[in-house]
Amino acid sequence: MSLLLFDTLLCGLLLALALASVLSRQLSHAVILYIAFGLLMAMAWARLAAPDLALAEAAIGAGLTGALCFTALARQGQLALSPVVSWQQRCWPALFVLVTLSGLLLALLQIPASPGPLPALVLQELAGSGVSHPVTAVLLNFRSWDTLLELLVLLLALLGTLQVAPAPVRQNSWALSRSWSQLLAPLIILLAGYVLWAGASQPGGAFQAGALLAAGAVVLKLNKQLNWLAWRNIWVRFFAVAGLGVFVIAALAAWLLQGLAAEPVWLRWPPQLAKYIILLIETFATLAIAITLTLLVVAEQPDTPLSLETQDSAGGSDD
Amino acid sequence: MSDIGELSLFSFVLSSGLLFIGLLFFIAGSIGMLRFPDSFSRLHAVTKADSLGLGSVIAGLMFYSSWWQNLLMLLIWLLVMASGTVSCQLLARFCKAKQDQA
Repeated sequence: MSLLLFDTLLCGLLLALALASVLSRQLSHAVILYIAFGLLMAMAWARLAAPDLALAEAAIGAGLTGALCFTALARQGQLALSPVVSWQQRCWPALFVLVTLSGLLLALLQIPASPGPLPALVLQELAGSGVSHPVTAVLLNFRSWDTLLELLVLLLALLGTLQVAPAPVRQNSWALSRSWSQLLAPLIILLAGYVLWAGASQPGGAFQAGALLAAGAVVLKLNKQLNWLAWRNIWVRFFAVAGLGVFVIAALAAWLLQGLAAEPVWLRWPPQLAKYIILLIETFATLAIAITLTLLVVAEQPDTPLSLETQDSAGGSDD
Repeated sequence: MSDIGELSLFSFVLSSGLLFIGLLFFIAGSIGMLRFPDSFSRLHAVTKADSLGLGSVIAGLMFYSSWWQNLLMLLIWLLVMASGTVSCQLLARFCKAKQDQA
């Protein structure tokens, strides 16, 4: 009974927050409501017994996306006031939303009520996957193609963001928040390492660990620390690409190894090596995800000679 | 987590009392945040009352869990308190800067 009350309250609050966030006139209010929505969404995932999703939602959905929206708002400046849009202009977006909504509802109705044969199949094959947590086994062994493409999507997003990254903001940080972020840093590294390692046997893994690391790095970057963490640094570029690179190299190596035995299958790990391959991929993926997410939030224009010149001239004209 | 049946009546009453006090502080902090007139008193209400409320809730929950979980909960409380304090000060500084500008 009390759980039913809790669920009803949670669903009601989620709907109310989503509506309030979408309908809010001020963008900053909308962002705050969206962060609250993300936190409650994480609680809903936890209530649905999906702790992996809850962790990812809390770190990425609520934390990093909120920081991303706030930095975007801070850089947008005067545009933050929502302009008045006429009804004719609203017609097409509304149509688009309606079409998307009906498509989503159709997809939702097609989800079978029973889980189907797949969960049982995963549990049956778990022994040969190299890990003991079914979610990690699916993400990095049975359906690793999806994860590989996700890493590619993240990398492409980063490359796109870097093209439109704004000029660096000169602003001093405050001593108390700086030292607090420095105090938090070792704790976050410890936590991220634990989450990464725990992913083999319990909820956790590369995305959660990477998001945690990125959250710590963003806080430090907002306090004007970690000056080396920028796209101009060759090692940062290397590790941002290495997540995808190591994945592809491991896949190729496994492919060649298999080629000696039977007909080779793309992205199938040999069972005796699976544990080490997954650990290797996850470690590099964590670093790549951390760097990518950090730079997505706090990216600044790279200090190439060209952009330095334009910044100088822009700064000069401002003065 | 152990059953309520294993707790003695004294610990049960004590933990329920602590949980109830924690809830009261949370409610007071939330009402303060909604009703107080300016940003500074709102910040004051929400950070102080919620830190104390969380501490009280954790103290109440400690009757139900092992020492290791208790230690983790204490650590979480300390972290929340410290980051709450820092972000409260940051927000207050921002409000002060805005007030001085106006």
